[in-house]
Amino acid sequence: MTVMEQRGAYRPTPPPAWQPRTDPAPLLPDALPHRVLGTDAAAKVDPALLRRLHTELVRGRRYNVQATALTKQGRLAVYPSSTGQEACEVAAALVLEERDWLFPSYRDTLAAVARGLDPVQALTLLRGDWHTGYDPHEHRVAPLSTPLATQLPHAVGLAHAARLKGDDVVALALVGDGGTSEGDFHEALNFAAVWQAPVVFLVQNNGFAISVPLAKQTAAPSLAHKAVGYGMPGRLVDGNDAVAVHQVLSEAIAHARAGGGPTLVEAVTYRIDAHTNADDATRYRGDSEVETWRGHDPIVLLERELTERGLLDEAALQEVRDGAEAMAADLRERMNQDPVLDPMDLFAHVYAQPTPQLLEQESQLRAELDAEADGTLGAGPHGPEGAGR
Amino acid sequence: MTTVALKPATMAQALGRALRDAMAADPAVHVLGEDVGTLGGVFRVTDGLAKEFGDDRCTDTPLAEAGILGAAVGMAMYGLRPVVEMQFDAFAYPAFEQLISHVAKMRNRTRGAMPLPITIRVPYGGGIGGVEHHSDSSEAYYMATPGLHVVMPATVSDAYGLLREAIASDDPVVFLEPKRLYWSKDSWNPDEPPAVEPIGRAVVRRSGRSATLITYGPSVPVCLEAAEAARAEGWDLEVVDLRSLVPFDDETVAASVRRTGRAVVVHESGGFGGPGGEIAARVTERCFHHLEAPVLRVAGFDIPYPPPMLERHHLPGVDRILDAVGRLQWEAQS
Repeated sequence: MTVMEQRGAYRPTPPPAWQPRTDPAPLLPDALPHRVLGTDAAAKVDPALLRRLHTELVRGRRYNVQATALTKQGRLAVYPSSTGQEACEVAAALVLEERDWLFPSYRDTLAAVARGLDPVQALTLLRGDWHTGYDPHEHRVAPLSTPLATQLPHAVGLAHAARLKGDDVVALALVGDGGTSEGDFHEALNFAAVWQAPVVFLVQNNGFAISVPLAKQTAAPSLAHKAVGYGMPGRLVDGNDAVAVHQVLSEAIAHARAGGGPTLVEAVTYRIDAHTNADDATRYRGDSEVETWRGHDPIVLLERELTERGLLDEAALQEVRDGAEAMAADLRERMNQDPVLDPMDLFAHVYAQPTPQLLEQESQLRAELDAEADGTLGAGPHGPEGAGR
Repeated sequence: MTTVALKPATMAQALGRALRDAMAADPAVHVLGEDVGTLGGVFRVTDGLAKEFGDDRCTDTPLAEAGILGAAVGMAMYGLRPVVEMQFDAFAYPAFEQLISHVAKMRNRTRGAMPLPITIRVPYGGGIGGVEHHSDSSEAYYMATPGLHVVMPATVSDAYGLLREAIASDDPVVFLEPKRLYWSKDSWNPDEPPAVEPIGRAVVRRSGRSATLITYGPSVPVCLEAAEAARAEGWDLEVVDLRSLVPFDDETVAASVRRTGRAVVVHESGGFGGPGGEIAARVTERCFHHLEAPVLRVAGFDIPYPPPMLERHHLPGVDRILDAVGRLQWEAQS
């Protein structure tokens, strides 16, 4: 006799018939990442797109190498390289219309540069010369976000605001695999889906959050699977296949632009370099793993396709490489110039109108700078300590 | 000159009126938060806004404070003026990273290119019998974060005027609404709200010459009551209502203390690491030679906010203020 039967007369009111609100099946990602290069589908890809992606990938790789070299020369405080992930960075920049917005994380300098930012301005954060070296409105690139996933709700809010204003604008937000564990990732995706905001989330799953591998980050079948819980489609793509990333993102953005709401795209890729130049990746991963991924290099994959289709000869390749080299030389030269900072800028942008307290502190710094210029700093009546009385 | 009939209005009604008038005046103003739409807010401050301006202008959001404030950042980036509601003081804590890492810094990190005109309304403070997480005084956290304005009205007129100004400000404003004053009333003509002093200006609510009570928000009426009671003891107390902690009005405060020579800072948040320590230091730096006694603080105890049945022992009341005023007779003591 069951417990319920023992209770005899007790008859609970049956719940109202529950109907599934959405069929989750169409939202689920495919089992394997979407690929184009190396498949029959590659033959149909527009040669102009292949060449464009290739040029940007080669420039992007050269940019990563140059920026890493600049850290060794002390010209950059730190650089989180995206070597190996250039296909994601470049595709993210190229799929957007001019009016759209890009929301990068700290690793996505390259996406900002591919979108048109001056490479030097894109590096000011990492050089230590102000936090954001560019006007975000100029190329519609939000400031590089160092806190993880906190830029995602911004993308949702901006996309939502644009739609309220009747503007045909989509926001694309970039985040890493580690960032998907943050609360802001959840809140952003939930808001985006509830509001049906025209926003696309691109997770660059590069295998590690500093040293923590994906298996310790999530128990989900894939990061793209997380989408279904929010009621948005999840897409899985080979993050080293520039054409595939471009295709999947283009579709997601078209879907958002048409009023279809957000999409979560997971690009499976690999971080060839360490987390930053300050990290020792040999402590948490083996050389063989890195070598395997080197064999799946985004530039190699694309060059193979271009060559097989007769779209890239030695001369064309040299031209692309020369262009990248010129960009690197220009970057090197300009980064080797010492930036001139105005200390008074410390107070210039805290508030629209500085508080009386900041005005006082501004005067104090002004006096210190004047004394420094006159050589009288520390020569007050009480000696060097007198300045702080 | 026509005479206008004054009607009593509560602070909550004045705040709602400020939101309504700001939305009517500027289509960029959007209100968002949990329960602000159909319900009209748990304190009814946003009552009627969704009906008048539609769900797109007064939006019920998912229950997620970081998401609410984070979305507001993006909305402000695109030219809107979001006014977010945090419902209760301690509910704002999940949004701290957005507030501190982005809202407070965006103007600075973009060198002025991307100001964020966001108003963050936080019903705050104790005295309403709320259970835990509904009565925190969080102003010290906010005032320690450069880039934010921290504003707290104590009168019905200020509630209207300061909120209008906060929404019009091009900088983020943390707008702390004293919950226990929501139902305080004043005779007030909503169609012709009185002009008030701007954010950053303190106001002398009561003139006196024996000592200055420096206070703000929910403690202002308590200090005024204490000042009345002190007359019997022969004390003529001046009461300065700060109205904002950032910017801080050193001038008005110092001028008052120079006149009276004695000062007590009164607030209900904890004393250790609280606003009172900063205020006492500022007063001492400016008025040392005028002071007849150390600047004293009357604050809440340094404890997590107590259960409602004990909160009257925690909140600074008239007696505790009068006791401090008595201790200002420093010469007699030392």
